[in-house]
Amino acid sequence: MKQPFPFSAIVGQDDMKLSMILTAIDPTIGGVLVFGDRGTGKSTAVRALAALLPQIQRVEGCPVNSEKAEDVPVWVEMADKKISAAPTPVVDLPLGVTEDRVTGALDIEKALSNGEKAFQPGLLARANRGYLYIDEVNLLEDHIVDLLLDVAQSGENVVEREGLSIRHPSRFVLVGSGNPEEGELRPQLLDRFGLSVDVTSPTTIEDRVEVIKRRDAYETDHEAFMVRWKAENALVRTQIESARQSLHHLKTTDSALTDIAALCLKLGADGLRGELTLLKAARAFAAYRDDTAIGRDHIRAVAPMALRHRLRRDPLDDAGSGARVARVVEDVLA
Amino acid sequence: MPWDRATLALTLLAIDPTGLGGANIRARTGPVRDAFLEALAVLPSPASKLHPAMDDDSLFGGLDLTRTLQTGTLTQNKGLLRQYPTHVLTMADRCEPDLAARLAMAMDAGTLQTLVTLDEGADADEAAPAALTERMAFHITLDLATRDIGLLPDEVEITRAQRLLPSLATPDDTIMTLSQICISLGIDSARAPIFALRAARAHAALRGDTAIAPQDIETAAALTLAHRATMLPPTDLPPEEQEADPAPPPSPQDIGQLEDRVLEAVMTHLPEGLLDQIKVTGRLGSGSGAGAKHRGNRRGRPKPARPGRFSGRNRLDLMATLRTAAPWQKLRGGGQGHIKVQPSDFRIKQYEDKSDRVLIFTVDASGSAAMARLAEAKGAVELLLADAYARRDHVGLIAFRGEAADTLLPPTRSLVQTKRRLAALPGGGGTPLAAGLLEAMAMAETTRRQGMSPCIVILTDGRANIALDGTADRPKACSDADAVSAQIRTNGIDSIVLDLGNRPSRYLSELAARMDGMYMPVPRADAHKMSGAVSAALKDQT
Repeated sequence: MKQPFPFSAIVGQDDMKLSMILTAIDPTIGGVLVFGDRGTGKSTAVRALAALLPQIQRVEGCPVNSEKAEDVPVWVEMADKKISAAPTPVVDLPLGVTEDRVTGALDIEKALSNGEKAFQPGLLARANRGYLYIDEVNLLEDHIVDLLLDVAQSGENVVEREGLSIRHPSRFVLVGSGNPEEGELRPQLLDRFGLSVDVTSPTTIEDRVEVIKRRDAYETDHEAFMVRWKAENALVRTQIESARQSLHHLKTTDSALTDIAALCLKLGADGLRGELTLLKAARAFAAYRDDTAIGRDHIRAVAPMALRHRLRRDPLDDAGSGARVARVVEDVLA
Repeated sequence: MPWDRATLALTLLAIDPTGLGGANIRARTGPVRDAFLEALAVLPSPASKLHPAMDDDSLFGGLDLTRTLQTGTLTQNKGLLRQYPTHVLTMADRCEPDLAARLAMAMDAGTLQTLVTLDEGADADEAAPAALTERMAFHITLDLATRDIGLLPDEVEITRAQRLLPSLATPDDTIMTLSQICISLGIDSARAPIFALRAARAHAALRGDTAIAPQDIETAAALTLAHRATMLPPTDLPPEEQEADPAPPPSPQDIGQLEDRVLEAVMTHLPEGLLDQIKVTGRLGSGSGAGAKHRGNRRGRPKPARPGRFSGRNRLDLMATLRTAAPWQKLRGGGQGHIKVQPSDFRIKQYEDKSDRVLIFTVDASGSAAMARLAEAKGAVELLLADAYARRDHVGLIAFRGEAADTLLPPTRSLVQTKRRLAALPGGGGTPLAAGLLEAMAMAETTRRQGMSPCIVILTDGRANIALDGTADRPKACSDADAVSAQIRTNGIDSIVLDLGNRPSRYLSELAARMDGMYMPVPRADAHKMSGAVSAALKDQT
């Protein structure tokens, strides 16, 4: 199959690209929500992300991608537990998927052919230690959303049905995309996404022409195009890897914490998740920039994407939450 | 769309089937469509026929349960998508968003290369899913008479063009021109100009040329961009200019002129009623919206298991299946730790689920109400919206004023859109109450067919003075409204009447009684009280 479109070849869309890079640096930020019209490159960016992520060490053949041999769940029958490197899993959760496919269920094949009661892992198992991507997340049925919320919170998938009692770790970065005109997300799910970005088509004609040129080259002259962008992709990947290393040595000053708290207070963002996410995002951004401490610049850059979806809805404000955050950021960090 | 234009689109698709993605063919069944479907033979064959109710296993592959049980060995089926190069989706207007999403995913991944959707929708809101039409280059509407049927695409020409395609040159300004056309037609998606470019290339190859010429761009734009247009470009050129001399070879100075000409070509093929579409949906064909439909096998209160076919979309009730199989074991020769199960034993889990509710706000924006209460009514709807949002209700918005009623917003869950439409609602004119009720009833019926339960909320001061035919005749207006309300009752649609008049009106309470709905006078109410009244009434009903 064709390799996905290279991440670094996406024209513009800096917010979207940055948010994805930040979650790659620090997966605990908790996912990205991308809202925008059709044809603005949402799914292209997610598919491209997979090629960009550093590899993970995992037990070969383990359905939940365990890191160490002793982490492999007891219900998995495996003879030798060899550890090798593999790409970070990026798993698609399609609309209309059944609960069984998501959580896993009784393995009907094994039950029928061998009469065995075995567990067939679902998408949540495959996405462990990786990414779970939901396109058109706002059209996802409520009972699947509930299920995801539960697992995202506990980091563990528990299956109790059809005589099975199974649990396995399921920690994943949730990436959702959708078109806001077709429906909105429940606040509970909205809050679960660490970062949220709005994408629009490029506004300048030069950018638009560049989009078409690159896409055309990707389709008509595939090999050469991939070679051309390989180096740039590798650069971003190295940046992500080194940022992951330096993340733990970054200093968090008290003044940065005060700034963050003041910002969230002024915006009236519900709960403490806003503060934590903003702190993590600012830290990841500082690491990405190869700076040694979190400064106001970092906070300013990531505040809109970390906070815009956490504001209480104001039915009379049409300016959009991003603009509101930006206004308050200018006030507080002036 | 004339016949030769439709076949031209098909020819271009046959020349570059993977690059152009496919075509949506909108036509009712009949000889014209049959003749056109024959022409589909020029696409890479064999083609598989898909229909909207297909289950995942047969589409994407999975366990072939019946076979497995019969033969006793594990049998997988490959799934149609992997087996065929071309796919035809019939009844695409009935395709649910989840199937559309998965087909779109397959198109993005490249496993599904060429898709033709057959859209038999009658109304504007019955259309193939936007997730799919967005990924296909062409939109072919066949509203022709039988005598218009013409020649079918020529396979020899197609093969010749395919050979020319790889070596075709693309002049530098082509992409710039296409981008500018897209901007002036209000097309944001980056897929549109890419399709236009590939269609232009295919057209140049069809002509046997070695490079893209202005006429290719013109034809390609008309075929791939017209149906995506969300606004009309400013018309500063009189239409006669379109018949101007044949295009001179493009030179940098001519670029401006070329764009204007191309714009004209697109405009002549813009779908009829485009302006109305823009008013209603903001974006042509922007999906049918959310719509978690009532479905009987996933959630809700459990019901007794039913016999059925096991597929990816439902869940097997294992205990019930075994229980059904148990009495037959002696006959089938089972026993001693082996149970022989046959497909006829399968029992499927079933659940009963409350379907989503749609609140259809029918707002009186007439002169009498506008003066007194329109602002208040708007405030109330906004508050109710916040409530509806919390309860995950869908919301539709209808306004009646002047001589007729307008659907401002088809049912949606989008708070932002509803607010915007409501804020832009002007007031003034007569009170065509009957027309408003009729529109609300039509919307209620549509949503009910989609598996939701509608409830009509009418906000008016009740001085109906415009009859259904648009004449200013008070008695007739009242009797029309009476007739429609009786029909609403017959159809069993829930309704609430909010009386916005200064004093409670006898007429409105009678109207509510005729609809078997709730009547609520809100004299001098503020918006908060009004929304409280509706919330309470809704709670009583559930």
